[in-house]
Amino acid sequence: MKQFLILLGALAWFIEPAAAQKKPAPKAKSTTPAKASAAAKPAAALSPAALAPGKAVYSQYCLTCHQADGGGVDRMNAPLNQTSWVLGEKPRLVKVLLNGMQGVEIDGEQYANVMPAFDYLTDQQIADVLTYVRNSFGNKASAVSSAEVKAVRATNKK
Amino acid sequence: MKSTLSRYLLLSTALAGSITLLALKAEDKVVADADNAGLKLPAGFGALVAAETGGRARHITVTPQGLIYVKLNRPNAAGKGILMLRPTANGKAEVAGAIGSYGGTGIYSTADYLYASSDEDVYRYKLNSKGEVANPAQSEKIVSGLINRRQHESKSITLDKEGNIYVNIGAYANACQVNDRQKGSKGRPDCPILDSAGGIWQFRADKLNQRYANGTRYATGLRNVVGLDWNAQANQLFVMQHGRDQLSDNWPELFTTKQSAELPAECMYALKKGDNAGWPYLYYDPAQRKKMQNPEYGGDGKKEATGNYLEPAAAYPAHTAPNALLFYTGTMFPEKYRNGAFIAFHGSWNRAPEPQKGYYVVFQPFKDGKPFGDYEVFADNFAGSPEKAAAGRPDHKPCGLAQGTDGSLYVSDDKKGTIYRIVYAKK
Ligand code: HEC
Repeated sequence: MKQFLILLGALAWFIEPAAAQKKPAPKAKSTTPAKASAAAKPAAALSPAALAPGKAVYSQYCLTCHQADGGGVDRMNAPLNQTSWVLGEKPRLVKVLLNGMQGVEIDGEQYANVMPAFDYLTDQQIADVLTYVRNSFGNKASAVSSAEVKAVRATNKK
Repeated sequence: MKSTLSRYLLLSTALAGSITLLALKAEDKVVADADNAGLKLPAGFGALVAAETGGRARHITVTPQGLIYVKLNRPNAAGKGILMLRPTANGKAEVAGAIGSYGGTGIYSTADYLYASSDEDVYRYKLNSKGEVANPAQSEKIVSGLINRRQHESKSITLDKEGNIYVNIGAYANACQVNDRQKGSKGRPDCPILDSAGGIWQFRADKLNQRYANGTRYATGLRNVVGLDWNAQANQLFVMQHGRDQLSDNWPELFTTKQSAELPAECMYALKKGDNAGWPYLYYDPAQRKKMQNPEYGGDGKKEATGNYLEPAAAYPAHTAPNALLFYTGTMFPEKYRNGAFIAFHGSWNRAPEPQKGYYVVFQPFKDGKPFGDYEVFADNFAGSPEKAAAGRPDHKPCGLAQGTDGSLYVSDDKKGTIYRIVYAKK
């Protein structure tokens, strides 16, 4: 399974732009091991300038719950550092923003608050903020493009 | 306390007369930690770490015999959700037993019964003459089927002197929006949440298997009450409401982030049967001392709320999360504390990007059963440092309060599970 995922990831690495526009990468039911995607696509170090637009979106819409350090709030708001959702499959992550999330156990912990849907943000804003989150708070993972967000949005069923 | 002492006496006399004196002394003496357990206290007070439970210690209660019961937010490694602590030497205590397989918040004791709540049900356990749960396997469910949709899930409890139990059923929403916590989403007309939540329900403490239909919605329009206590002087229930969040996040054209950090106040209410505190239609502005219409229901930050809603009895800084309320009836603390209120503020998250606040225990003076004068921060620095508090990264979060048999004040912490004991040492 793990090898299969790495293979998939590697495939996605080669055909990413096309795949992203046509259909999102297959959805894995289990938690995607963060290492697999990291191994498949080593994140290029993103400059602070490249992360600035995402940081702006984060400060306006996310910081209130997930806090400035991305550490979340005990039992209330999930942390964004090193979680399987943040580092895992991108379509699943994009859907968290498009649809919101509530009552899902995250890495063995439950959170009482509600993650509202952010479907009113543009593809670019969602791509920027997720790129920022995946490369802040000690995270290091590949960027998310607006084309990837667009593709997920196109097939997104609430 | 008395029976524990006599037990000691019997035991010790059997061993040797001289040990009796030692045992007595050890039992009576309460020794504050050199650093007062890291707390900042008014002059003359001291504190010690009475115990480390290692669990998320929500509410706490002390029996007349001095046994301490702690409700854990979720069951510990052994699968138990209620810890029983027994006094040891120098004012400390240690875990000596555990019951209940459920997590939750509420716990309360009388001489005869221990009451505890999960996030859906309320149980009671018969206590024996030593304050111990006589038969741990025999819990009695007094209330069940209370709504739990995770948000504001704590079913805090307290009793009056007439055999009624009061249960908080928090509203499973921020402001009853069509889409909860979503920017610009309007309030649902005639908020349907209030039928089964967003208030305090009254049940009989001695009747088994009650459901909503057997109880009374005692007071409504309360978003989420975690701290509540019966005031014997006023013969009245007092509650601490967690005020609404996210005024600026969801209505940025009406509120700045700075305003949103200071609005609304966390309010204390003195309740009578049938009262309505106005959630989700209004919030309380502590600077103007006015009830304001919520933006979800047509408010704009300037419009006062209309309708016949309860006035708060007192107001405290926004978002600081009052998780416990205790009327102090002991005699250990100086006179001014008698019949006043201690309030444990769990600490904020919704003041970001402004500095966070709370993580302290406040004293609110009372006179003739009413708040009288300004509150003061009584025990501070549960966070460990002002920086940790401001960053919202505290070491400890005060969550529960209880009065010891000698008048000490116990504070539970649901972050690391520390049980603090605050004492007054006449010097
Ligand atoms: C009102 C509070 C709130 C806001 C605002 C909010 N979130 Fe969340 N978020 C949550 C909660 C609560 C969860 C956990 C939900 C669950 O457990 O089902 C969560 C979960 C997540 C997750 C998945 C789980 C994890 O921790 O990895 C991601 C990713 C996430 N949020 C990102 C964001 C981003 C990006 C924004 C801003 C665009 C944002 N959130 C805004 C409360 C919030």
